[in-house]
Amino acid sequence: MSLSQVEAATESDQLEPGGANLRRAAWRRLRRDPVALVGFALIAMFVLVAILAPLIAPYGPRDQPGAGLITPTTIPGPSAEHWFGLDEQGRDELSRIIYGARQSLLVGVVAMLLGMAGGLVLGMLAGAFGRWVDTVVMRIVDVMLSIPGLLMAIAIAAVLGQSLTSVMIAIAVINVPIFARLLRGQMLSQRESDYVLAARSLGVRHRSIVLSHVLPNSMSPVIVQATLTLATAIIEAAALSFLGLGGADPSVPEWGRMLASTQLYLASAPHLALFPGLAIVIAALGFTLVGERLREALDPKYRR
Amino acid sequence: MTEAPAEQGRRRRSIDPTDALLTVDDLQVHFPIRRGILVERQVGAVKAVDGVDLTIPRGSTVGLVGESGCGKSTFGRALLRLVEPTGGSVHFDGTDLLALDDEQMRRMRRQMQMVFQDPMASLDPRQDVESVLTEPLRAHRIEGDHRARARELLDLVGLPATALSRYPHEFSGGQRQRIGIARAIALEPQLIVADEPVSALDVSIQAQVVNLLEELQDRLGLTYLVIAHDLAVVRHIADVVAVMYLGGLVEQAASDELYAAPLHPYTRALMSAVPIPDPEVEDTRQRILLAGDLPSPAAPPPGCRFHTRCPFRQETRCDDERPQLRSVATRPPSHRVACHWAEDIDAGRIQPRASAVVEPDAS
Repeated sequence: MSLSQVEAATESDQLEPGGANLRRAAWRRLRRDPVALVGFALIAMFVLVAILAPLIAPYGPRDQPGAGLITPTTIPGPSAEHWFGLDEQGRDELSRIIYGARQSLLVGVVAMLLGMAGGLVLGMLAGAFGRWVDTVVMRIVDVMLSIPGLLMAIAIAAVLGQSLTSVMIAIAVINVPIFARLLRGQMLSQRESDYVLAARSLGVRHRSIVLSHVLPNSMSPVIVQATLTLATAIIEAAALSFLGLGGADPSVPEWGRMLASTQLYLASAPHLALFPGLAIVIAALGFTLVGERLREALDPKYRR
Repeated sequence: MTEAPAEQGRRRRSIDPTDALLTVDDLQVHFPIRRGILVERQVGAVKAVDGVDLTIPRGSTVGLVGESGCGKSTFGRALLRLVEPTGGSVHFDGTDLLALDDEQMRRMRRQMQMVFQDPMASLDPRQDVESVLTEPLRAHRIEGDHRARARELLDLVGLPATALSRYPHEFSGGQRQRIGIARAIALEPQLIVADEPVSALDVSIQAQVVNLLEELQDRLGLTYLVIAHDLAVVRHIADVVAVMYLGGLVEQAASDELYAAPLHPYTRALMSAVPIPDPEVEDTRQRILLAGDLPSPAAPPPGCRFHTRCPFRQETRCDDERPQLRSVATRPPSHRVACHWAEDIDAGRIQPRASAVVEPDAS
């Protein structure tokens, strides 16, 4: 046994048990975090309600069980029969909210995924190649950012016509620059790191340095941003359908449109504004709580 | 432990000083300083490395010492083209490195590797040790059992094979540096540039890592360029020591010679700052203090770079004539110094200004 082996043996007592990596450690911290758990519970509730809507909703979204009870001045509020009351057409509000979760989840997830994909492609181009590619890509992104998000979404939704697809695309487009800038910034800082220099000195090819070192180490904030984007996408989707740019079929329940159509009856039936509003808040809150806590769990500076 | 660290540096191996593995000629690394938003124009340059000549004989260890910011790390990186040199030439085993295109240079990297100062920062936190050690093999498409090679490398640096599935954060600083060293020798390079290889480690671990580097040199026939600010570490490991100040070499000599009798005023000042482990000598020796900071490499002083802080500065030549590295009649030809007045200072005909000297009885 050589000298340095003896020395190393005395050092090896300091080896920690287990082979967990950073992300697993972050996941462990997250599972012990009460705030994150509340967030997870809200998300789970939202997702389950959306998936199981036909099973748990007491009525169909187009059924009008209370059609005879509606008069121009009275819209019955919550009762034992209809927990969230009836809407202006005598439909069960609870069932409408439950079915509405499907639209929100669909729009949120698809818009987030599209936006993230677009942003990652642009960010990666800029971050991996630098120089003029970086300049060109980032100027495009700057132009996209200079237009207010909702205004841009309204314009896109208006151009593409009234459909759920155009809502998704509109929301995706306004999220592209956010992801692009985030990923580019992360990649630029990783590119300056010692281990990238080490890989370069080993003779690792540029492509594999980017794919196996720079990109994986840049993804944590992107995952956090994706979670937070889900929350804003749900709110933006509601805003677009509130403005009349949602899905083409008005009988499909959407939280934003439900809020919009209730404006006329705000005085006589405030519950019609309350429940869709609450649903939007709860869904967005779940993703926000998890996203914020995830950020802290992944960031060594926040470690408690 | 039988191999107590030798005080006078370790036993010298037989090295042929004319068999150069690496020859650096007038190497320059200037970083442009740019101004302007739309139209950038260059308004100056940070001369991090400004005309350095250095020869590294095969199988030897050359130490490069200097203050922080003197350009020694940039020099080490420029040798490997991790920073592009802006002038001069680097010949490795007869090949002009600066003439190679990217792919040729990438292949050439098999022959020359680097050990970094901070082992935590130089290891990808998401990569387990097996992946760290096999990555260079994959990059150069080397055939064979990579896993077995990784085990062998761990064994060479004195780590257990169970380390393979672990991640960098699970190791201590010394162990991480061993992993960094194992990665550097994975491709069986000829030259290793070690940039402050032990300065981020606990003092108790430093000697172990230095011993490991020496052991590997004997076993694998490596050539080292060790960059450090710690004079004791360099004295222990290096055969030849070069002293760098503000982008240029001021003195170069065999390790024992340089430490026993430094010629350049800057080297003298550095050496006089090293405590001597003998109370009687320590109590009676003279210390030279350097005033002020390192001047900006963006606007280096004219003439001798060191004249602004030199306690031996003379009225003539120092301010306007840049001294070249040259040998001195009274010393072996391998001892070279960049000072106009080296002979007079060595003979005691020029004394340092009193304000820069701390006499032993002053304290």
